[in-house]
Amino acid sequence: MLWAGLLTASAACYLLKLAGLSLPARLLQDARVQRTIPLVPIALLAALVATQTFSTGHHLVLDVRAAALGVAAIAVLLRAPFLVVVASAAATAALLRLL
Amino acid sequence: MSPARSGIVRDALGIGIASGAYALSFGAISTTAGLSVLQTCALSLLMFTGASQFAMVGVIGAGGSVWAGAATAALLGARNALYGVRLSSLLGVRGLRRAAAAQFVIDETTAMAIARDEVMDSRFAFWATGFALFALWNLGTLVGALATHALSNPRVLGLDAAPPAAFLALLAPRLRAREPFAIAIAAAVVALVALPFVPAGITLLMVAILVGLYGVLRPGGESH
Repeated sequence: MLWAGLLTASAACYLLKLAGLSLPARLLQDARVQRTIPLVPIALLAALVATQTFSTGHHLVLDVRAAALGVAAIAVLLRAPFLVVVASAAATAALLRLL
Repeated sequence: MSPARSGIVRDALGIGIASGAYALSFGAISTTAGLSVLQTCALSLLMFTGASQFAMVGVIGAGGSVWAGAATAALLGARNALYGVRLSSLLGVRGLRRAAAAQFVIDETTAMAIARDEVMDSRFAFWATGFALFALWNLGTLVGALATHALSNPRVLGLDAAPPAAFLALLAPRLRAREPFAIAIAAAVVALVALPFVPAGITLLMVAILVGLYGVLRPGGESH
């Protein structure tokens, strides 16, 4: 099941890339398509940040992940590299759990 | 090699090395989410688009279904189709070469290709960045996955709390104007409000549908 999902999603991502190179440009050059598609990752990434920080299953929770996100946000504002942002969040969660 | 070409090679290697470091965290997060080393490496080889890969393993790691993860990954990959449109006239590829080029159509290769004045430099930049990224992204993933796999409990390092930081780091460069910032806040609030009431995995799809409706229906279409 996990493999089926991984391979299906990989195939979908590849076909989207190929579609851009192959389809007639006018299909994707519609002004509404052009301005809507870039908004999708913004909304999805923001929703992923919120739900994966403040929920477990169907329950809203406030735990060490909120502090980890706060530290990550500071790292982002300081323009830290990606790995530093992720590592600082993980380290924050690990340290708070030791307390 | 001309000075322009050596500059491109230098930039491509720089991007490759940065993304290799970023792939270390993907390998670690994916393995912590419960994927095997082989599954983690397969995603980097076959999916090869960072935000989609992080979303896929993030949803699985948070206990969501693999199909909810797959749908989110595909929605995040839709932007690559727009990059393809911009690149298709520039690259001039057909047949097998186009099938190979397609796998490299991502944020970084597009940015490198469209920044050139000469079409031959654009093509060179696309392929140089694509090969450097593909090699180092997959190497970084393997190293991150193997290192995490060797740990008895990655939770001790807080790796299970790392995905939101990865999503935030991917989101931040897209928030440089007022509208995207407002959309991000609205999407986060809608997702949290809906979460206790809608079936698992539907929250993200609902957010995607709402932003799609907003994009299509909003007035003032001549913005870009």
